[in-house]
Amino acid sequence: MRRGLKVSLVALTGTALTLTAAGCGGKKAATSDQKTVKVGLAFDVGGRGDQSYNDSAARGLERVKKELKVTTEEISAKQDEPDADKESRLRLLAGKGYQMVIGIGFAYTAAVLKVAKDYPNTKFLVVDADQCKVSGANVLGACFSEEQGSYLVGAAAALKSKTGTIGFIGGVNVPLIHKFEAGYDAGAKKVKPGIKVLPGKYLTQPPNFDGFKNPALGSEAAQGQLDQGADVIYHAAGGAGLGVIKTVGAAGKWAIGVDSDQYAQPALAAVKNQILTSMVKRVDLSVYDFVKSVGDGTFKAGTKQYNLANDGVGFAVSGGHMDDIKAQLDDLKAQIVAGKIVVPTE
Amino acid sequence: MSKKVPAWQAVLRGLGPRGMALRIGAPVLALLISLGITMVLLRVTGADPVSSVQAMVDYGTTPNSVVDILNRATRYYLSAVAVAIGFRMALLNIGVDGQYRLAALLAAALAGALSLPAPFGQILTIVAAMVVGGLWAAIAGVLKVTRGVSEVLSTIMLNSIATGLIAYLLNPKRLAEMRPGSNNIATPQVPSSGRVGALNGALSAIGIDLPGRLYGLLPVAIVVGIVFWVVVNYTRFGFDLKVSGLAPGAAEASGVSAKKMIVVTMVTSGAIAGLIGMPELLGASYEYSLNFPAGLGFTGITVALLGRNHPLGIAFAAVLFAFLDQTSDVLQEVEVPKEIVGVMQGVVVLTVVIVYELVRRFEIRREQRAVAGELATGHDLARAGKGR
Repeated sequence: MRRGLKVSLVALTGTALTLTAAGCGGKKAATSDQKTVKVGLAFDVGGRGDQSYNDSAARGLERVKKELKVTTEEISAKQDEPDADKESRLRLLAGKGYQMVIGIGFAYTAAVLKVAKDYPNTKFLVVDADQCKVSGANVLGACFSEEQGSYLVGAAAALKSKTGTIGFIGGVNVPLIHKFEAGYDAGAKKVKPGIKVLPGKYLTQPPNFDGFKNPALGSEAAQGQLDQGADVIYHAAGGAGLGVIKTVGAAGKWAIGVDSDQYAQPALAAVKNQILTSMVKRVDLSVYDFVKSVGDGTFKAGTKQYNLANDGVGFAVSGGHMDDIKAQLDDLKAQIVAGKIVVPTE
Repeated sequence: MSKKVPAWQAVLRGLGPRGMALRIGAPVLALLISLGITMVLLRVTGADPVSSVQAMVDYGTTPNSVVDILNRATRYYLSAVAVAIGFRMALLNIGVDGQYRLAALLAAALAGALSLPAPFGQILTIVAAMVVGGLWAAIAGVLKVTRGVSEVLSTIMLNSIATGLIAYLLNPKRLAEMRPGSNNIATPQVPSSGRVGALNGALSAIGIDLPGRLYGLLPVAIVVGIVFWVVVNYTRFGFDLKVSGLAPGAAEASGVSAKKMIVVTMVTSGAIAGLIGMPELLGASYEYSLNFPAGLGFTGITVALLGRNHPLGIAFAAVLFAFLDQTSDVLQEVEVPKEIVGVMQGVVVLTVVIVYELVRRFEIRREQRAVAGELATGHDLARAGKGR
């Protein structure tokens, strides 16, 4: 009996949906205007508004829209979704006639490679390509030397610390974030061998990716490191890092931002004077470069490394808190670019 | 029959109206209401509700989407059945999430290390997953009967413990393997002899051509549904299960050991939970990695509620949820935040649950009024009895 009614229930919704759909065909705006160049971008967990990683990508997209006059479309990821979801998201964009499709975050690597095969005329970019390896004549992978930028902000942290103790907070315990910690640690110890770098605190363990999203976790971890005497704390925790910066800022200590120049982020305006610097990862640059190269026909498949040498990573100087040590950091930077210092990644 | 069942129990056990008209009326009403609310919500967010729904239907019916929806529904379905088994006796297994993740990880490690000829490797992997899921759930069952620990609390805690345990085990020093420079950590790949092929081949033989890869283990979900239905309706165990849920006192008096039932139900629920990850592991990912779908256990709770714990109801609920999740991406194209889909799902479940409960109460009140009326007129109920 109950089965019968369930059938009718589903049939009914189906009919209702079909009816509504049929009732208004043609109202939808035409999206297949072939003349405009269209760029589709799929965000990583956290999406637009994380004031950090995804927002850096969003800035790239904005710039592309303004300077190169293309239509853009964004779709964000859900938490804990399987690869198939990412695949169908990219397929949706490619299938709608977007000439360029961008996946933000290493989790998109496999999906991009798979979908790219089915859409040979569409160009794909995957930022933070896993293992920095891609394949296919229409795929570009952008890789970043986060450890190099982290090395410089690590040096800055050590130079600015009064207590001699500094901290690091990572979002999720994955190899990508280990690179940030390794560089930070090495940079700090290079300029001040006696500095105490607290053991890196990771907010969550995979497969729980809350650590890139939940600011409350960041606040709590930051408080913990403040209590242990840290007076400069660097975070690589995406959206959760907002909690780190706010807590550290409220305590009157130095926070170091990540990915975007977080001094300039509106959501952090209240504590921006406590943001010493940010390790800038130019995801926006990689997005812009990609769209531009496709536009002027210079697109090259393969991978592209963004590092200190091509300013793909670096440190922000907004706020002027770095003025007194900038020369010192630039010297370190020159040594890394020249290959005299090799920054560890583990 | 006038003994009042608390609303939450009625909701969990899937009690609803018993009269024919109301049985058909209640879900129709609920869906109309939720469709209406959804339309209003879309309007409020500034979108055109009609074209939004049309975009969803258009996208959801493309062959690629159909395959994705069916795959997704398979995961949701197994998860919801695992939950529903507990719900049937008012046992809240919130720990399905931890049970299936842990089971999938250990089964993946086993499958990656095995190289057995075709059917044995797969069977062993699946059985191992069910055993792991069952054992992990058994902890909560045993704690409940020996120590009186609420299964809600213990399973929630066991979820956290499972997460920690997985993070510990999914490490190059233990069950995972190192891939230099990779941000992903995964167990060794399942060898090709241990995999389950896609269903597409079998389907194209009967004239249905689908792109992509449909889970080879999709039929397992159907079998689980049928077994669940048969066991609940036609076996001693199913009867004991229902009675223990409806009237623990009566069950105890008629010789059903409540303690045994609790443990057995938890283990069964956990064993089914162990199956959740199998279609993905053996049919698509071939490894347990950071990208392995997580959180399915919680989706299962909602799907089971919506499906009223009935195998067919759950099937429709799973497909509906899979459809909504699959098509959420397309909403962003018509400038609607995809999070609205979560709201839609919540609206559907709440409306269905509330409407069912209200209709059930309305029916009870109507019956009581009828009985009271007949008593007042001195009508002999016993004699008039069957004619009511």
